[in-house]
Amino acid sequence: MIQILFFFFAAIAVGAAINVLVQKHVLYSALSLILMLTAVSVLFILLQADFLAVINVIVYAGAIMVLFVFVIMLLNLPEDEDGADRLRWLKFIGIPLGLFFLVLVVTTLWNLEASPGTQPQLVGSPAAIGQSLFTDFVLPFEVTSLLILIALMGAVVFAKRDL
Amino acid sequence: MIEYVTGSEFIVLMIKIFVIFGGVMGALAYLSWLERKLMARVQMRPGPTRVGPFGLLQPIADGLKFLFKEDVIPTHSNRFLFIAAPIVSLVPALLSFSVIPFGPSLQITDLSVGLLFIFAVTSLGIYGIALGGWASNSKYPLMGAIRSSAQMISYELSLTLSVVGVLMIANTLSLAELVTAQQSTWLGIIPRWNIFLQPVAFVVYLVSAVAETNRLPFDLAESEQELVAGWHTEYSSMKFAMFMLAEYANVVTVSSLATIMFFGGWTGPMFGPALLQMALPTVWFLLKVSIFIFFYVLMRATVPRFRYDQLMRFGWKVLLPLSLANIVVTSFVVAIS
Repeated sequence: MIQILFFFFAAIAVGAAINVLVQKHVLYSALSLILMLTAVSVLFILLQADFLAVINVIVYAGAIMVLFVFVIMLLNLPEDEDGADRLRWLKFIGIPLGLFFLVLVVTTLWNLEASPGTQPQLVGSPAAIGQSLFTDFVLPFEVTSLLILIALMGAVVFAKRDL
Repeated sequence: MIEYVTGSEFIVLMIKIFVIFGGVMGALAYLSWLERKLMARVQMRPGPTRVGPFGLLQPIADGLKFLFKEDVIPTHSNRFLFIAAPIVSLVPALLSFSVIPFGPSLQITDLSVGLLFIFAVTSLGIYGIALGGWASNSKYPLMGAIRSSAQMISYELSLTLSVVGVLMIANTLSLAELVTAQQSTWLGIIPRWNIFLQPVAFVVYLVSAVAETNRLPFDLAESEQELVAGWHTEYSSMKFAMFMLAEYANVVTVSSLATIMFFGGWTGPMFGPALLQMALPTVWFLLKVSIFIFFYVLMRATVPRFRYDQLMRFGWKVLLPLSLANIVVTSFVVAIS
């Protein structure tokens, strides 16, 4: 049952991700991205990471993508932007980088040892995530918060430059 | 958590789903009657009287009318998104009922992150409004959609932050556990409801919830005098009805959440024979929720609409700092005790 669900939602996620790139219209790309994020959230639930799944939907699908859709609606871009032409040189960097990433993923999976049958219980619960955030990962957590704060201040400075 | 259900559990679950969704859909239809009747009485009009006694069959007549009306799709609209928008609006609104505890056992599923689940699905509801307004390809719907998105993003922040204080006191995200945490009493008479511990959070929650559901005095997305009907100007027949149902569903959801988080959910005095005791919690819950719904309708009838800049200033400069201050004070108190 879980396997069927996994393959179903994994297929949706991959299909939506491809659709993001294929679609001509920016709004459809953004909507496909929302579908992809939601499908990935279901995969998180299948991995018993309920908290992560819900936060993924709240932060990415519910907040960040709303802003994207909002901006696209305001700009009202024409159907076939020829913006792809300006990014032609990216092809020459993108293909090697993509291949490198693929090799990285494959070697990681290849060297993966057989995982133990029993998982630690409640690894995805809010309490467990909070515990590990404030003990083992406190430095990355605080550095990220600082980064977000700086980005926030940067946004204010850019928006209110003439004030 | 993934759990496998056995045959008999599956049947019980199916019955629960039918009872809850049947009840909710019926209640949503009759909310339109309640709103019209109540508004009318406030304005010294009789309201619907012709269809059935006290106009009680009016929702059924309205539903039939919606089904038989011509379904207009404007020629310059984006057809796919125009049809998808009402669905995107209604489905998340109904999904949140799957975790709301209507009684000790009348709950479809108790997620360990139930509260966040509701916030997640309701935050997806914005897309229905935004896409509906954009796909109509007409100026008033677009204006309404843009206003509504900006408003909902702004007020979602204070809505979500206002409940953090309650969560810190209750120490759980599960809605059923939130209710059981408020079961006992102080000094034997005062119920241990979170409203007494978190009054600031309750006020912030209530105001942001009204804004989040696009109701008066925050209904700038569809303000009739300026935008015809806002984002659903171009919608007709059943698609319009779906937008209406989604709005009412959101009203019921935020009212239920207010009951669960601040007023002890289904807790209440228990008396009488065993059969009555089984039904009483649900009665208390529905009673508390209907008080909120009455409040919503009466507020619509009495308070004038905000101006847009007032709305934004109020959200960002009053409600958000207030909810942040509430979090700081509450965490300080929780840490000391």
